[in-house]
Amino acid sequence: MLALAELAVLAALGSSLLSLGASHSAAALRWGAFPLLGLTGLCAIVAGLGALMAPEPFTAQLPLGLPWLPWQLRLDALGGFFLALIGLIVTTVSVYGPGYVREFEHGQASLPVLGVFTGLFVAGMLLVVLADDAFMFMVSWELMSVSSYFLVAFQHEHAANRRAGFLYLLMAHIGGLSILLGYGVMAAFAGSFDFEAMREATLPTTWASIAFALAFFGFGMKAGLVPLHAWLPEAHPVAPSHISALMSGVMLKVAVYGFVRVSLDLVGAIQPAWGVIVLIVGSISALLGVLYALMQHDLKRLLAYHSVENIGIIFIGLGLTMVFLSTGHPLLGAVALVAALYHTLNHAVFKSLLFLGAGAVLQQAHERDMERMGGLARRMPWTGLFFLIGCISISALPPFNGFVSEWLTFQAALQTWALESGPLRTLIPIAAAMLALTGALAAACFVKVYGVAFLGQARSRPVRRAREAPLGMRIAQGTLALMCLLLGVFPTTLVHLLDGVGGQLLGTHLPQATARGWLWLTPVSPDTASYAAPVVLLGLILTWGLGSWILRRGERRAVHRCDPWDCGFAPPDARMQYTATAFSMPIRRIFQGLFIVREGVEPEAHTGEPRYQLQVRDRAWGLFYAPVAVVVRESARRITRIQTGNIRVYLGYTLATLLVLLWLIL
Amino acid sequence: MNLSGWLLALIQTTLFVAAAPLFAAWVKALKSRLQNRRGPSLLQPYRDLHKLFHKEVMVAHTASPVFRAAPYIVFSAAILAAMVVPLVAARLPTAAIADVIVLVGFLALGRFFLALAGMDVGTSFGGMGASREMTVSSLAEPATLMAIFTLTMTAHSTNLSTVIAHNLETGLILRPSFLFAFMGLTLVALAETGRIPVDNPATHLELTMIHEAMILEYSGRHLALMEWAAQIKLMLYAVLILNIFLPWGIAADFAPGSLLLGLFAITAKLVILGAALALAETGLAKMRLFRVPQFLNLAFLLALLGMLSQVILEVGA
Repeated sequence: MLALAELAVLAALGSSLLSLGASHSAAALRWGAFPLLGLTGLCAIVAGLGALMAPEPFTAQLPLGLPWLPWQLRLDALGGFFLALIGLIVTTVSVYGPGYVREFEHGQASLPVLGVFTGLFVAGMLLVVLADDAFMFMVSWELMSVSSYFLVAFQHEHAANRRAGFLYLLMAHIGGLSILLGYGVMAAFAGSFDFEAMREATLPTTWASIAFALAFFGFGMKAGLVPLHAWLPEAHPVAPSHISALMSGVMLKVAVYGFVRVSLDLVGAIQPAWGVIVLIVGSISALLGVLYALMQHDLKRLLAYHSVENIGIIFIGLGLTMVFLSTGHPLLGAVALVAALYHTLNHAVFKSLLFLGAGAVLQQAHERDMERMGGLARRMPWTGLFFLIGCISISALPPFNGFVSEWLTFQAALQTWALESGPLRTLIPIAAAMLALTGALAAACFVKVYGVAFLGQARSRPVRRAREAPLGMRIAQGTLALMCLLLGVFPTTLVHLLDGVGGQLLGTHLPQATARGWLWLTPVSPDTASYAAPVVLLGLILTWGLGSWILRRGERRAVHRCDPWDCGFAPPDARMQYTATAFSMPIRRIFQGLFIVREGVEPEAHTGEPRYQLQVRDRAWGLFYAPVAVVVRESARRITRIQTGNIRVYLGYTLATLLVLLWLIL
Repeated sequence: MNLSGWLLALIQTTLFVAAAPLFAAWVKALKSRLQNRRGPSLLQPYRDLHKLFHKEVMVAHTASPVFRAAPYIVFSAAILAAMVVPLVAARLPTAAIADVIVLVGFLALGRFFLALAGMDVGTSFGGMGASREMTVSSLAEPATLMAIFTLTMTAHSTNLSTVIAHNLETGLILRPSFLFAFMGLTLVALAETGRIPVDNPATHLELTMIHEAMILEYSGRHLALMEWAAQIKLMLYAVLILNIFLPWGIAADFAPGSLLLGLFAITAKLVILGAALALAETGLAKMRLFRVPQFLNLAFLLALLGMLSQVILEVGA
């Protein structure tokens, strides 16, 4: 299995090399780099599934790295799950890519850059999951972060993209530094950078908490937890859409992987307080993520904010896992872990699907602003259908996949009665309430997205002329849409697979999960709760089919088409439709304390005509980032005082530094 | 699985779906009486449905396939939800298909497509209705779940049949958590089924309409399905509240005697609840739209209080 995983990494690097040739002909990218990326994905899926089903982890050493620390590889069930997840999305992206990059072939942007860094990015993510020592982990982590920076800054002719890229790079490095320090703490007690040694070392509670806090900060920053999320809605949307899918769908999951690896595997005994913190941060991220998403009308930015929400839901699951594990309920901990991992996979699938759909719209209509879209479902029927499936899935509606993982999270949260401690019994139901609110708001948000962008009438000329996307792009979206349905209808199969992760990581299986057969998902026990997704789908199809058969019996002619009635007013034109801003206005009013809202009528710059202006901004900037920026700028200004511009003074500094260092060593 | 159980479940679902217009008619007739009007006969909704099913369907030029699929999906979701809620008998095999969270999911699925259908034609009324419906429901849904969670945490199960059986066994203990959950769920039910004071079911063409605004463009069988689904939803919330909080009389086994008793009990309970609803709707005025969030926040707060009093006060219960 490890050989297959190594082959996947090599194929990704190969795809990166091949793309160098794309400066001469775009065909090298289309027929060389992308198929190799597809091979990477397929190998990763097979290797990952193999590791998930294998009882023991696979290990190996690479003759690379430091002389006393060769790179250690290890592929266990947890790694296998994430490997398969990366593989799945990379495969679909490789099918989608050739059609999508055609847009860039005649532009200023350089195709080799895109191909080279995509390959490196994928290779970096795979290596993170395979790494079994902190040194290799950090090298791969940085490879992933830095190569994705070049992808964010790909269309660098726009100043906003350069700014987003810089912010991304900065945050990625602060996060990386924090992770490195966390590993440093653990390595100090383990005496080695090896994960195996860290697993065996026992840390004093204080140091373990420090290591955990550093890791949580670092991985949380990469995953985009509130309030560390500010870079995410800037960086993800500006990358090319298939890269956005990889970043939102996969790279955030690699951060989740890192967090699970450190907190459940490496750091040792879990404290209940850690679980509580993770739970609170997760709940806040979920709620604020969806509220900010509701206020957006840039389609890709909105999807990026939804990543914050879904990462929050995943961390709610992980927080529950840690709470249950630390209070001695391993079975419930395993249920919560399965819920979190299930949502991780689901989010990867539906978020990639939605980003690919947004990419298809961007390519065909050259539009990201929803206020100028409309009626796309009739112009791009396949993309419209797949996007609808993505919307249903992300809104957590049965029988699609998002529902299953939220259901599992609720099931885990509802086992709170088993806990002894009063505060925990109070806190977890409140987190469940936040989750319920998040789910309902997400549904509202995606009614807005689909209703404004895909239904109704086109609001601008390019959108009116949009045509269906090329075949490869449709196949990629269709595959992901099918995955959404399958993951929603056959949850028992996946829960059975995920059981292996809990088995290896926590030593606990879910004996009751499929106690009544594959049809019934009963995570805790059959008496507690059961969900038969295939029966639900069957029921839906049966009632739908029967209903339409009975009602349409004997009627052969097509339905009568007419102008919209609209209460007898004149037929509405495109500008009379409800806009995205109008749709979310009631929700904005209800939660207005959470946003910075600037609303008013101001004269337009060119014509002087009065125009309604509305700006809704994130409070996180003013609260957390601006003060840091002020401190940095202020301290930089103070430090510049020592720079006189006189070379003799500089030589003096050098001499002084040298003397101090000598004094330190001797 | 026993065959008679499934058969009974099928009959119960059919009964549920068939009786839903009757319950709506009962509320309407009683309300008319209270307002000194004669009111339509109890069979009027059936006549309306019959008429609509035989009328021609008109679809706007700008409508996408979603518009034509939505009535079927909304109706299917309502039927699936009706299948899960115990009406006459608890412990039916269908109860294991979906628990109470899935039930809320079915309602959300129906609502999602209802709102999309409202947006589809591109009229401003449709968008307005969809926006309001999703706002109201996004505040109401968590309150529903909280109220239900309070009950399920007591019964240690989210399966509706188990919850009802647990409540039957323990008998009537006036727990604070139950009281709060009951009040919260009642308020939510008023909002979710579009009754006064949140929405007025008796109105068309009012700028404050919510549900009606979304189905303005429907006609013929599509409209019939939408109306019927709304009636099922009303009955669903009524039965849910009645059978969870006042479960007496519901058949615990499948003997003909207890089934008859169950049928009689739920009929009597529905008649009384319908009367209470008619009375409340006559006495109350419709709220301004922007007061609705406060109303729903109250519901959410009550449900949360119920939950907290359950986890804090009723430890070990």
